Amino acid sequence: MNGSLATAGRVLAQLRNDKRTIGLILVVPCVLMGLLAWIYHDNQPQLFDRIGPALLGLFPLVVMFIVTSISTLRERRSGTLERLWTTPVTKPAFVAGYAVAFGVMSALQAVIVVAFSIWVCGLDLQGQVWQLVVVAVLTALLGTCLGLLASGFARTEFQAVQFMPALILPQFLLCGLLVPRDQLPRVLHWVSDVLPLSYVVDAMKSLATSSDAGGDVARDCAVLVGFIILAVVGGMATLRRRTP
Amino acid sequence: MTVEELCVDRGGRPVLDHLDLQIPAGLVTGLLGPSGAGKSTLLRAIVGVQMVRSGTVTVLGQPAGSAALRRRVGYLTQAPSVYDDLTVEQNLRYFARLAGVAKDRVGEVLDQVDLTGEGRKLAGRLSGGQLSRVSLACALVTDPDLLVLDEPTVGLDPVLRRSLWRLFDDLAASGKTLLVSSHVMDEAARCDELVLMRDGGLLAHESLDSLLERTGTSDAEAAFLALIDGAGDRQPEPRRLEPGADGAVDPAAARSAGPRRGVASSGRHAQDGDQR
Repeated sequence: MNGSLATAGRVLAQLRNDKRTIGLILVVPCVLMGLLAWIYHDNQPQLFDRIGPALLGLFPLVVMFIVTSISTLRERRSGTLERLWTTPVTKPAFVAGYAVAFGVMSALQAVIVVAFSIWVCGLDLQGQVWQLVVVAVLTALLGTCLGLLASGFARTEFQAVQFMPALILPQFLLCGLLVPRDQLPRVLHWVSDVLPLSYVVDAMKSLATSSDAGGDVARDCAVLVGFIILAVVGGMATLRRRTP
Repeated sequence: MTVEELCVDRGGRPVLDHLDLQIPAGLVTGLLGPSGAGKSTLLRAIVGVQMVRSGTVTVLGQPAGSAALRRRVGYLTQAPSVYDDLTVEQNLRYFARLAGVAKDRVGEVLDQVDLTGEGRKLAGRLSGGQLSRVSLACALVTDPDLLVLDEPTVGLDPVLRRSLWRLFDDLAASGKTLLVSSHVMDEAARCDELVLMRDGGLLAHESLDSLLERTGTSDAEAAFLALIDGAGDRQPEPRRLEPGADGAVDPAAARSAGPRRGVASSGRHAQDGDQR
């Protein structure tokens, strides 16, 4: 417990010392949402209402994936992780520390980008705003845990960045944003069933189009939590106290 | 601390081969040998982060790396392992907090490593020598009973090296056990006991005085060479050192330079260490 709080505090302190990264995490999604709203502004504003919420799920996934995979890879390579394993901190506490710190960051990101989308870009949301924020935070946590997992398979920062297109872009293609999932070829539909981003986009679509989406969103969130647990367990398995 | 029959492979090749060693408590033991001798691997095995093939390492009565030991062992990695994007104090406070140590230790250890007044600087802005002392301070901050230090004095100026060795002596006098590696043979004079390593095996384990007497030499480097020449006569074992990992001891160059002692001669070795 103490180890995870200390680690979360340390990761947040690292972020605080790096104002530019904070700016990128918080501002870039807003700029992208603004751009999207602008693209559709004159001709198809209803399309923004359909796609906007889904992208609110994609941004935290991508940003947190990159931030976590790079920062844990830096720990592995700089020797700080090796030193940590000689201290009382445990693996679950270490992972929880990262999840808490980036969870705080992603909650902040979600609140800001959702507020910006609704009040500045005029996003018309049928469902509850707080549910949108919950889904966005869960997605960010998923990104954190997938990033941790990916960093275990990358030897260099260069490789870690390459994992982003390898792991995230296929999910983007199959998540139902380009073609609704039930219109995909059957095999691809099956594949999309086991990809977490599909459930994020499902939940976001329900929130965009229905004022009574609570049940659907809860189900999608439960699936997301399952994916998060899987990714945490997998990510923890890549952490070894003893290395060759 | 006891090491028994320790075998470690790295990259499919044996790095430590049936190593036996006992380190006495309350002394400064120097682990000396050229780079590539297996010093870091041995230290990693002692702090419990090295995968080992066989053998046992017992530290303060417990198996190396066990949870109870993690509050009692301080480890300094060879390359400084601190968070560049944290200030010096933030680094120290983190490691203190992980071990449940009070924050006032932070100021104390900053004094000990001669970094008073640098606490608010970002670690990434410090010079290499300062950074390695922050890394040392992170190992000291938990007030461990055993300090395992992998080349703590590499690249430091002579005055700082002297003050660190005095610190090590003080710590040993207060009952701590220190195991300090170095590939600079002059540092042998600073240690209570010496462990000389080469090619994953032990060459000697005794005090400097008895080593010099036994080999009839006047400094540690000459004694090291005498031991290698002696071992070579008895058992012509092929060198396992890889070609790239040139040891700090180049026999021909060392002989032509003659016996030497003191910090002035250490520049070349310090550079060797930085290359890794």
